[in-house]
Amino acid sequence: MAYVVMATGFCLILIGLYGSLSNRNLMRMIVAFTVADTGVNLVIVAVGYMSGRTAPILDAAVPVAEAAARIIDPVPQALVLTAIVIGVGVTALMLAYVYKLYEAKRTLDIGKFTELKW
Amino acid sequence: MIKRFAILVMLLAVAAVFATLTLSYQPDAELNQTARYYAERTASEVGSANIVTAIVVTYRGLDTLGEVTVLFLASSIVGLLLARGRNAKLNPAKPLPASELLVTGSRLLTPLVMLLGVYVFVNGHLTPGGGFQGGSILASGVLLMLLADPLKHFSHHLISALESIAGLFYVAIGVLGIFLAGGFLDNRILPIGELGALFSAGAIPLIYSLIGLKVGAEFSSILANLSATEEL
Amino acid sequence: MSQLTTIVTVVLCITMIVAALMAIRGQSVPIAILAAGLVSLSASVVFLVVASPDVAMTEAAIGSGLTTFLLFFVLARVRGGEND
Repeated sequence: MAYVVMATGFCLILIGLYGSLSNRNLMRMIVAFTVADTGVNLVIVAVGYMSGRTAPILDAAVPVAEAAARIIDPVPQALVLTAIVIGVGVTALMLAYVYKLYEAKRTLDIGKFTELKW
Repeated sequence: MIKRFAILVMLLAVAAVFATLTLSYQPDAELNQTARYYAERTASEVGSANIVTAIVVTYRGLDTLGEVTVLFLASSIVGLLLARGRNAKLNPAKPLPASELLVTGSRLLTPLVMLLGVYVFVNGHLTPGGGFQGGSILASGVLLMLLADPLKHFSHHLISALESIAGLFYVAIGVLGIFLAGGFLDNRILPIGELGALFSAGAIPLIYSLIGLKVGAEFSSILANLSATEEL
Repeated sequence: MSQLTTIVTVVLCITMIVAALMAIRGQSVPIAILAAGLVSLSASVVFLVVASPDVAMTEAAIGSGLTTFLLFFVLARVRGGEND
């Protein structure tokens, strides 16, 4: 099952990259970035999965003595927790910039912002 | 046309790399060394039943401090960008009031949502959950309040005071760890207790509650700044 | 029982890919935003099936809750440029 989730994650990254490269509208580019972000998180969590094992929480199902034989890798989950939160922070920043750009030029087409081109 | 073709060629190259990675992936049969260390030592050294919480707060606590800093930066920059200048419109258009169903429903739901958020981050060391999840649920409660009453102005001072005090106490607990226990952000400044009780795992409930409040305040401030912008 | 989880995972992954294609090629921006919310929701359930409840809770609260709200808030302010 790790293969299925990993392949889906890679497909989402490719779809998100294509969407952010080929769309002209700023809002659609941000939506494509969000999709690619979700794909990256799927791939990282899929790496930590081992079949037949359960979540890394010590309770009645996983007694302390046999924890090392029953849980999956907890480190990718800690990394993905951080990544999801930072992803939404970056999305909020991008959206604030879209608001200011629209206020300045009244358009969301990225081809119209030519001040930095020579 | 050329651009579309170039994008497709580049994506095909990336897809080839991804396909190689997927096909050559071998899942491990046993936990690797780092994971085995965390699995065996969490109950005795940290005392938390949720191993991911132990990693995020104690074993890799410095990364969490960095992440909270990045969120603080993001919410400050959003507040800076969206602040209204001196020549803002003096009488902005009044938004329409929300419907009766939303106003009445939010009076019932907002306290319940806040209670759920606080429950999630206080029990972060026992069940799945923790500061980030609880903070986002708190921000969803604030969002419900914002939607139900669009004319209400959120006091930015209260939110930023809450965020600053929570961040200050978080770093203060970390520094206290240097003097009273093994190092920065060590959770043994409070007794570890028994596995599975509410007041266990040392300072982890305290640290995660502060992180939850700080993250909730940051997301609420982003939402309040975005909803206070004017219609363009 | 593991047959059932594999079938559920495959169905969710197909949902995710279809929703992602709708998100980048949707007819209008609100449909694209809703499709991205659906991707996030399905990803949250997939995270639960691969035994990561913490990540599932975070993705559900943040990815399909806050990100969709943020996108709709800003879309409401920039409605004029939507069809560029």
